[in-house]
Amino acid sequence: MATLTQERANPRVTAPPRPRKSLFRSINPYLYLIPAFIIMAVMTYYPMGFGLWMSFTNFGLANLRVNSAPPDIVWFKNYFDILTGAVAIPNFDFLSMLAFNLFWTFSNVIFHVSIGILIAVLLNVQGLKFRGFYRAIFVLPMVIPTLVVANVWKNMYDPDFGAINQALAALGGLIGLAPATFHIRWLEQVDPAIPGIPLPLSYFALLITNIWLGWPFMTIVATGALQSISKDFYEAASIDGATGVQSFFSITLPLLRPAMVPAAIYGMITTFNLFNLIYFVSGGGPLRQTEILVTTAFRLVNEQRLYGVAAAFSVYIAIILLIITLITNRVSKATESYDV
Amino acid sequence: MSNRIVRPAVRARILSAARTDAPRTRVAGRHMGLGKQLMLQLLLLFITFTVLFPILWVVSMSLDPRNLARPTELRLIPPGASLQAYIDVLNKPTTNPVSLQQLAFNSFMLAAGSALTSVLVGVFAAYGFSRFKFRGREVLMLAIIAVLILPSVATLAPLFVMLNRITIGDFNLRNSLFGVGLALLSGLLPFAIWNLKGYIDTIPRELEEAATIDGASPNQIFFRIMLPLAVPALAVTAFLGFLSGWTEFYLSWQFLTNPQNFTLAMALYNMTGQFADTTPWSRFAAMSILIALPVSLVYLSLQKYIVGGLTIGGVKG
Repeated sequence: MATLTQERANPRVTAPPRPRKSLFRSINPYLYLIPAFIIMAVMTYYPMGFGLWMSFTNFGLANLRVNSAPPDIVWFKNYFDILTGAVAIPNFDFLSMLAFNLFWTFSNVIFHVSIGILIAVLLNVQGLKFRGFYRAIFVLPMVIPTLVVANVWKNMYDPDFGAINQALAALGGLIGLAPATFHIRWLEQVDPAIPGIPLPLSYFALLITNIWLGWPFMTIVATGALQSISKDFYEAASIDGATGVQSFFSITLPLLRPAMVPAAIYGMITTFNLFNLIYFVSGGGPLRQTEILVTTAFRLVNEQRLYGVAAAFSVYIAIILLIITLITNRVSKATESYDV
Repeated sequence: MSNRIVRPAVRARILSAARTDAPRTRVAGRHMGLGKQLMLQLLLLFITFTVLFPILWVVSMSLDPRNLARPTELRLIPPGASLQAYIDVLNKPTTNPVSLQQLAFNSFMLAAGSALTSVLVGVFAAYGFSRFKFRGREVLMLAIIAVLILPSVATLAPLFVMLNRITIGDFNLRNSLFGVGLALLSGLLPFAIWNLKGYIDTIPRELEEAATIDGASPNQIFFRIMLPLAVPALAVTAFLGFLSGWTEFYLSWQFLTNPQNFTLAMALYNMTGQFADTTPWSRFAAMSILIALPVSLVYLSLQKYIVGGLTIGGVKG
């Protein structure tokens, strides 16, 4: 992602110069692109433009049929309605949803990266036994489709029959707590989990699930970077009297940065748009408190059938993601100088 | 430092992650005491337990022959373990009148069709972007990246309206797997172009230069040199596309109304949550495993190629 916007013409891209350039040679590059751009023009760019037009209309179920009346142009009404919450969804509040979505993204990626690095360092300790066994197990969350993972975790959080409460009850039984203590309504409890912090318990349930899903990828990336750090750095540091903790913070972390920053950016974009997890585990509940932008965009189309509003909502998503991309681009450029 | 120099370096570093047998280790020449080894093993065993817990839970549930509506206890191997739940799922996965074979066939056709098309069309464009210099190159590349930033849910409403208008007799493009495949392709194709271009950029140009000196045209170079070299990247990109088609949910859920066209992902959703009152969880578990196992095994075998490509090439979820 980081490098996308700086595509510079590479002087070596062309074949060696020839004295005369035939017509065929000058149109040849475009022949390679034409099939892809024909498909994208019809299936990607036209829908985007069409969606932009729809966002200025009150396009609804009544305008869906081929011969039905065209929708009315309402200009920026949809955009205002979204911002002011005048959308036919109960508890709809765009700004708090956006705030939750951003908080959701950052909190997840912080856990992914730090846990991923810690476990990579643990696995990289010299003399560790069964290293290959652990590495083989630890990739499993990454290779199972998120759709399946999300549906399984949803059932695991079931207050009566879910594995989480049953396991907690079994553990609690060891210290004499009654099983009823652990009738935790992970996904349904409306009261804040921690008094004073406006986050529902389902946020933490989602966080646990997504940490389970996310850290192995970061561990794999960090392991690769760790293995390219020369041992000499650590030897020099220990001769100078540095402790293990000191070398971790002044050698390991800075040298991991060039590999972790692109991975973290990739993780951020993925987590920001993590439809499957939110939609299937919490369903955005309770009371829309864990709803994010992409799940709401789907609900506007699928449940409310407000196609015009949904199109305007998508324009907001595009603008927000553009801003995030520009910021992360800048961040990753700033860290490039660490690449040794 | 310019991007062109950094990118292959980062890619190589991420790729080397897959080599678990790399001899270099972090701590300089110290041997680990028994106590430290034990502590580490305990910690790692605990992490192993957290990783395996959901997986073991699903596997053990799927082996439960009692057809209980809901599990009431945790057991690694349920009494009288059998494959009955799998047989039940094979016979009648959901209350909809559609067989598992049909669901799997639909998912497979959707995934394979859109993934193969995206790779076959995409590799031409990727080569064009990677190896030719022409007017408008940067603008066109930006146009592809702009699409990648956008989640595909964002074009759901216009695609739905647009495809719904195409009706030939009784056939409605929106209400067909072909229409879902086209909508899926609108996101897969830019991803394939970007991912393949990232790979082709890392192929050294010496081979092509040698071929040019021997008189090969750019088109001959593409077909005789580039395509064979790009086979691993083509396979990985096609697999990632297949994976998103195999587990595609919101397009098919929004578009399709005829149960004969339903997909595995839709059936799984029908077995959980609000629709699942009557579905025994053993069947849900068996269904989960049937969906996940084939793609997970392929992912495992391609894993080392995938990780490197993802951080560089892909942003689309």
